[in-house]
Amino acid sequence: MTTQPRMVEVRARILKENDVLARRLRERFQRAGVRVISFVSSPGSGKTTFLEKLMSRMAGRHRIAALVGDLATENDAARLARTCTQVRQITTGTICHLDAKMVAGALDGWQLDDLDFLFIENVGNLVCPSSYDLGEQMRVVLLSATEGEDKPLKYPTIFNTSDVALITKIDMADAAEFDRETARRNILSVRPGMRILEVSAKTGAGMQETEDFLESVCVSDT
Amino acid sequence: MHELSIALSMIDRIEEEAIRHRGKVRSAQVKIGILSGVDCEALKFAWEIARMGTDLEETELAIEKVALLVRCSACAKTYSPEIQALFCPDCITPVQDILGGKELELVALEIVG
Repeated sequence: MTTQPRMVEVRARILKENDVLARRLRERFQRAGVRVISFVSSPGSGKTTFLEKLMSRMAGRHRIAALVGDLATENDAARLARTCTQVRQITTGTICHLDAKMVAGALDGWQLDDLDFLFIENVGNLVCPSSYDLGEQMRVVLLSATEGEDKPLKYPTIFNTSDVALITKIDMADAAEFDRETARRNILSVRPGMRILEVSAKTGAGMQETEDFLESVCVSDT
Repeated sequence: MHELSIALSMIDRIEEEAIRHRGKVRSAQVKIGILSGVDCEALKFAWEIARMGTDLEETELAIEKVALLVRCSACAKTYSPEIQALFCPDCITPVQDILGGKELELVALEIVG
């Protein structure tokens, strides 16, 4: 037996366990034909209000379920439950993000075959969720007009790892002196070619376009 | 601060490999890309806490920070842009393919015994 130290090459993803689970979830979602879209943003950017409105509009035509992540309380699930039948809250305790294991656990007992859409609202946080694949087909990052145009530059990773940017509370843009062009430029400088949508859940502006866009997402898209 | 979760996953990976290679881990090398969403200083701090009470209390952690590396789809130039300016410095074509900078990887271990 040797006591000489030896170097062994490993080359393993640190989040291998999460990645493997996320891949299995993605395959499961695809087999079931359910479109899975996750939403990330800072706290208070309007994820729940947007989803509430979106799900109310879509509920008549699609079978929808939602998972909502928060550190504590079931308030958001209670709000979303008014719009559709299946909503589950994931309370993470001290964990600042959702991971694939939490999503898999929360799906327990649900018939995915019976769903057209599954929306996953992540914990309000612009940093931590970026490292965790949840098996979703699309990740949407929300930026509210009241947060300022430079959020994409301050949190480039979450914007870069998302597929679509949704500027919310656009009805507040003038009052907050939100410069739309600068915001767009900042988003595109951290994520070239990113699709950007503007919406106001309050006035309904941009809701139709956003809904049409999300409905056009295909199950085979990754 | 999800670096604690990352550090715990790192410990799982390292312990798994230590069993496979039947030895004590003297040091571990990891690569953290600038676009991985992980802050290296926070990870070092989290590592110190996460490894308490594990077999890795003596294990040294070497973190290699990986800059962004992209290849321009138009002029084929390979370059390392700032995260906030993802376009080619020569022809201003926006970045499409990222070759490096997303790593969150356990690279190698130094094993004794």
